[in-house]
Amino acid sequence: MTGKNAQNCNNNYLKYVRALDPPTKHFKNCLAAFGVGGLICTIGQFLRYMLEYAGLSGDELAGTVSVILIFFGCLLTGFGVYDRIGRHAGAGSIVPITGFANSVTSPAIEFRTEGYIYGTAAKMFNVAGAIIVYGVFSGVIVGIIYYFL
Amino acid sequence: MKKGNTLFFKTRPRVRSYAAICGSKEKEGVIGNYADITLSDDMYGESTYEKAECKMLSGAISLAVEKGGLTDCDIDAMLSGDLLNQIISASFAARDFEFPFLGLYSACSTMSESMLLSAALVDSGFACNCVAATGSHFASAERQYRYPLELGCTRPPQSQWTVTGAGACVISDAVGKIAITSATLGRVRDWGVTDVNNMGAAMAPAAADTIMRHFKDTGTKPEDYDMIITGDLGALGSRILKDLMWEKSYDISSNHVDCGEIIYKVIEDEFQGGSGAGCSAVVMNSYVFTKMNAGLYKKVLFAATGALLSTVSSGQGESIPCISHAVELESLAAGAQ
Repeated sequence: MTGKNAQNCNNNYLKYVRALDPPTKHFKNCLAAFGVGGLICTIGQFLRYMLEYAGLSGDELAGTVSVILIFFGCLLTGFGVYDRIGRHAGAGSIVPITGFANSVTSPAIEFRTEGYIYGTAAKMFNVAGAIIVYGVFSGVIVGIIYYFL
Repeated sequence: MKKGNTLFFKTRPRVRSYAAICGSKEKEGVIGNYADITLSDDMYGESTYEKAECKMLSGAISLAVEKGGLTDCDIDAMLSGDLLNQIISASFAARDFEFPFLGLYSACSTMSESMLLSAALVDSGFACNCVAATGSHFASAERQYRYPLELGCTRPPQSQWTVTGAGACVISDAVGKIAITSATLGRVRDWGVTDVNNMGAAMAPAAADTIMRHFKDTGTKPEDYDMIITGDLGALGSRILKDLMWEKSYDISSNHVDCGEIIYKVIEDEFQGGSGAGCSAVVMNSYVFTKMNAGLYKKVLFAATGALLSTVSSGQGESIPCISHAVELESLAAGAQ
């Protein structure tokens, strides 16, 4: 079968396949994302209060909190724990800054076997590259809108 | 002799010996007691997962040759392939041996394709003993086709889990209790599935096509077989295959078994079951051949399925062309009813 006939036949098949697809558990995923994401943010907020108490403030404070969270994101990735959390956390462990740390560290570990330069360094932003590009891009757009408002 | 796309082997080449190596996760399942070697760690004592895959494959081949009471110089050719780019596991494994190597790529249907071609070589008299082998590794496949191992992302419920394991068998002209009677060459089928996580749905039409043509060419019915084995359709793909066959009035629901569906004991992260070239290779070369050797299964149709995609083609939005080759096996053991 070729041409239009095949297309119709394929569409029927695809419709049938879609009907059989096991449903993604949106409610459960959302709940897990809320719980895990919330927990990470709460830890961040807790760190913030503690550091504020220790005498940090302003940019210094925000930077230190991020650095600590990133450090633990990388550490847990290295220990092979973060992907297990991620499997059950919906998107809860991807969205916070620890998720970004994980997306940089995991290819760095994975491609270590191809050498430090062409492996670890070159492929480190395999996953995170897209996040950086579109993060910066949307930042620019929002900046321009903000300028004119 | 040939009818349609089905080859009938006059001399009925035998499966002389077989061997399988599997990972620790696979050991817990149905094949645990039948596999020759199980890996204690995924690295198999090597520095990379690719090397581990190669070592598994090479180990399975040398074990199969040894179990058949043969040495390197008795083997006329080795037909093998795997899932990695430029089939590196198979060709690197071939470095360890003295016999000629023919590289194949047929994705997850490599086991049936290599058995089919080995049987054809032996039947035509060009070879006395051929090795058919393939394998896959979860970590190396994941790296090539999906994301880094440690990336914390959620797997979709249609997805399957690449089997860590390798299987090899020696197809020989005389010795052995399992005969290969006929084989059907697969046609590439593509019904427009583009979802790379739903391989079962993409491959089911190819499997249905090959199995139905095999029935037609050989004049057999589904009831004639003790088992109709597919490679790695998974739970969802098996369901679709049964439906597709049912539509054409072939009822295979009672004797159809899918290697991917049965390989894991607990379906958890694996969702629809196992996949990968190693999936059917491990199950056939441990569980099925052992049972057939004992005469528990008399007649078996083995149709492994393969999805012929690459990360480039799926990235460019192409649909997934799939193939399935079928091999019919018959047990000559005395215990067979």
